[in-house]
Amino acid sequence: MDRKIRVVVAKPGLDGHDRGAKVVARAFRDAGMEVIYTGLRQTPEQIVATAIQEDADAIGISILSGAHEYCFKTIIDLLKQKKADDIIVFGGGVIPETDVPTLLGFGAGAIFGPGTPTTETIAWLEKAVAEKRAKEAK
Amino acid sequence: MQVTGSKRPATELNKEAEYVFEPKQLQEVAEGKKSFEAAVEKALTKHPERKEKFSTGGGIPLQRVYTPVDLEGTDYGKDLGFPGVYPYVRGVQPTMYRGRFWTMRQYAGFATAEDSNKRYRYLLSQGTTGLSVAFDLPTQIGYDSDDPMAIGECGKVGVAIDSLADAEVLFDQIPLDKVSTSMTINAPASILLAMYIAVAEKQGVPMSALSGTIQNDILKEYIARGTYIFPPKPSMRLITDIFDFCSRNIPKWNTISISGYHIREAGSTAIQEVAFTLADGIAYIEAAIKAGQDPNVFGKRLSFFFNAHNDFLEEVAKFRAARKIWARIMKERFNVTDKSAQMLRFHTQTAGSTLTAQQAENNIVRVAIQSMAAVCGGTQSLHTNSLDEALALPTDKSVRIALRTQQIIAYESGITSTVDPLAGSFAIESLTKQIEAGAWEYIKKIDEIGGMMTAIEKGYPQKHIQDSAYDYQKSIESGDRIIVGVNKFQIEEDMTARKLLKVDASVGVNQIKKLHEMKEKRDNVKVKSCLEEIRKAAKGADNLMPHILDAVRNYATEGEICGVLREEFGEYKENVVL
Repeated sequence: MDRKIRVVVAKPGLDGHDRGAKVVARAFRDAGMEVIYTGLRQTPEQIVATAIQEDADAIGISILSGAHEYCFKTIIDLLKQKKADDIIVFGGGVIPETDVPTLLGFGAGAIFGPGTPTTETIAWLEKAVAEKRAKEAK
Repeated sequence: MQVTGSKRPATELNKEAEYVFEPKQLQEVAEGKKSFEAAVEKALTKHPERKEKFSTGGGIPLQRVYTPVDLEGTDYGKDLGFPGVYPYVRGVQPTMYRGRFWTMRQYAGFATAEDSNKRYRYLLSQGTTGLSVAFDLPTQIGYDSDDPMAIGECGKVGVAIDSLADAEVLFDQIPLDKVSTSMTINAPASILLAMYIAVAEKQGVPMSALSGTIQNDILKEYIARGTYIFPPKPSMRLITDIFDFCSRNIPKWNTISISGYHIREAGSTAIQEVAFTLADGIAYIEAAIKAGQDPNVFGKRLSFFFNAHNDFLEEVAKFRAARKIWARIMKERFNVTDKSAQMLRFHTQTAGSTLTAQQAENNIVRVAIQSMAAVCGGTQSLHTNSLDEALALPTDKSVRIALRTQQIIAYESGITSTVDPLAGSFAIESLTKQIEAGAWEYIKKIDEIGGMMTAIEKGYPQKHIQDSAYDYQKSIESGDRIIVGVNKFQIEEDMTARKLLKVDASVGVNQIKKLHEMKEKRDNVKVKSCLEEIRKAAKGADNLMPHILDAVRNYATEGEICGVLREEFGEYKENVVL
C-alpha cells in the first residue's frame, strides 16, 4: 500500500463523550494512518462533506448517546446520494448487540463495542481499505 | 510520579507541634525497615513479586510496606484534626454517618416525563433518599424536542423536558418541600431551576423551603463533558446570576456541583481529577467575587462531585486530600471565615467507565468496592451505577441492585459506625499527602497559565486528560492492566440475551406532538413579551433569573429561551485538542 489510509473519526449529534474517539484517532495515527478528527456536534451533512473533501477512505463513527440508528442510516444514505458510498463506514460506542445487525444492514462494515482493543480495529480497517483499493484497481 | 511527604530533619522539627511520632521512634523504625527490605530483596530472586513496580491506578508508586516513617512531620491537630473542624480532612460533620447516612441519590431519567416520574416514585419506594434527574441531550443543550438538532436523541440518555408542562408531570406526586432534587443540567441550568421553582409554587411550596442542587458547572463541559452552549464569559455571568439569586431566595439550594467525575471519566488520573476540579472552583469563586458577591455567603452553597474509581486506597486518600486543599484555598486564598463555606461537601458517582459489557454481573462487585471507597472517603451523597451500565440505561431490577449495594454498605458493613475509619493507616495518610502535593503542583501551574479559563483556551487540562486516557488504554492492551472478563478470564457470551431498557423513536414523535399542542394552548403574546424581557436583560447587567422565571411560568419553552440567549451570547466553538 503506497498511499496512507485516510480516515475521518466523527462525533455525530449531541453526544459529548469523546474519550474513545480520541484514543482511537490517536491509535490510528500511531499506526501510520492520516486521521481527521471532526470534534463534537457534527451533523451527518458535515461529516459526509468532510469525508469527501478530505478524500477519506473511511469514516469511523463514535456514538454513545443511543442515537446510532439515526446517525448511521443518515450518514450512509447521504454518502449514497453523493455517489461517495465507496467510503467505508464503521464505528463503535454504546450500541447494544441487538442493534448491530441493523447497522450492518444499512451498510456499516463493522461495529466495535466496549472493550475492543485498538489493534483489532486497526487490523480490520487496514484489511477493508486494502480490499477496497484492490477492487478499485480492477 | 514520585511525590514524597514532608521530610524535615529532626533538628528542624517544631518543639510546639504535636507530632504523631517521636523522631527517636521513627529513627528506629527506619532502621528496622532497612533490614526488612534487605531481607526481602534477598528472597526476591527465589520468590519474586508479581510485578517489577506497583503503583496506584493513577500512577502513584506504592511501597511494599508503609510505616510510621511515612507520617514523619505529621502534626495531628494541623494536618488531620477532627471531623467538622478545619481542615476537615476527617470529614465535614462531627458525627458523619453515625448522625445520618449519605443521601442515596440515584441518577435517573429517560423517555418521557411520565416514564421518569414512575421511575422516581419506584426509587423512592425502594429507599432512595433524594432524587437526581437525568435529562436528554437536546434538553441539556437547550434544544426543544422538535429542533432539527434533536432528531434521534429525544429521551435517549435522559428525560425530555421542553417546558414547565413536562416538569409538572416529572414531579407529579413528589412533594418538593420534603424531597431534595439534584438536576444534572449545566448550560441551561437557570431554566430548569426556574421550572423547579414554578412546579413547587404550584404545590404551594415557597422557594425558601426548596432543597437540591443544579450541576451548573460549565468549565468541565468545555474540558470533558461537551454539553456547553454559550461562550465562557456569558456562561460565567449566568452562573454568578444563579449564585446571587439563590443566596437571596433559596438558602438551602446548592447552586453548583463543581465536578471532577467527568474529568476522571474522560481519562484523567486521581491527582488531575482533584486539581482540575478545585482549579475550576477557584475560577468560579473569582468570577463571583468580581461580580460583587461575598464568598462567605455564596461559598456556603457550592458543592462538588467526584468519581469513585477502582483503586480503593487511592480513592479514599483522594477524597480526604480534596477536603484539605479546598479548606486551605478558601481560608488562605479567599479569606473565608465562615466554616461551612470552607467545607468541601460532595456527591460521588461510581466510575461508569470502569464497568464492562462483558460478564456484566461482575459490575455489581466493582460498584460495591468503589462505593466503599466513597463511604470511607466521607461522601455526602452517592449514586451507584447499575450492572448494565456499559450496555444501556438501567432496568428497574438493575437499578434496584445498585441501590441495595448502598444500603448493604450502610446497614451491614460496619464502616458507618465510626468516623473516617481509615485515618492513621500509614498507607492512606501517605497517599493523602502525596495526592495533596500532586494536586497543588497542578493548581500552581494553572495559576501561572492565568487561571482555568485561560488554561482551557490553551488546551492544558484537555491535553493532560487525553494523555492519561491513551496511557490507560495502552496499559490494558499491553496486559499491564488487567480488566477481568475483558483481557483476562474471558468467556463466550450471547450478548443479545440480556433484557435491556430501550427508548424508541415514538418517544420523540409523541413529545413533539405534546409540545405543539401546548404551544397552541398557552398565551403566546405573553410568552413573546417575556422572551423580549430576557433579551433586554441579556444585553444588560440585570440578573437573568427573575426574567427566566417569568418566561417559564408562562410556558415559554427551553428552546425558545435558549434561542434568545444564543442570539445574544453566541455559541461556544470547541477548542479541538487531539
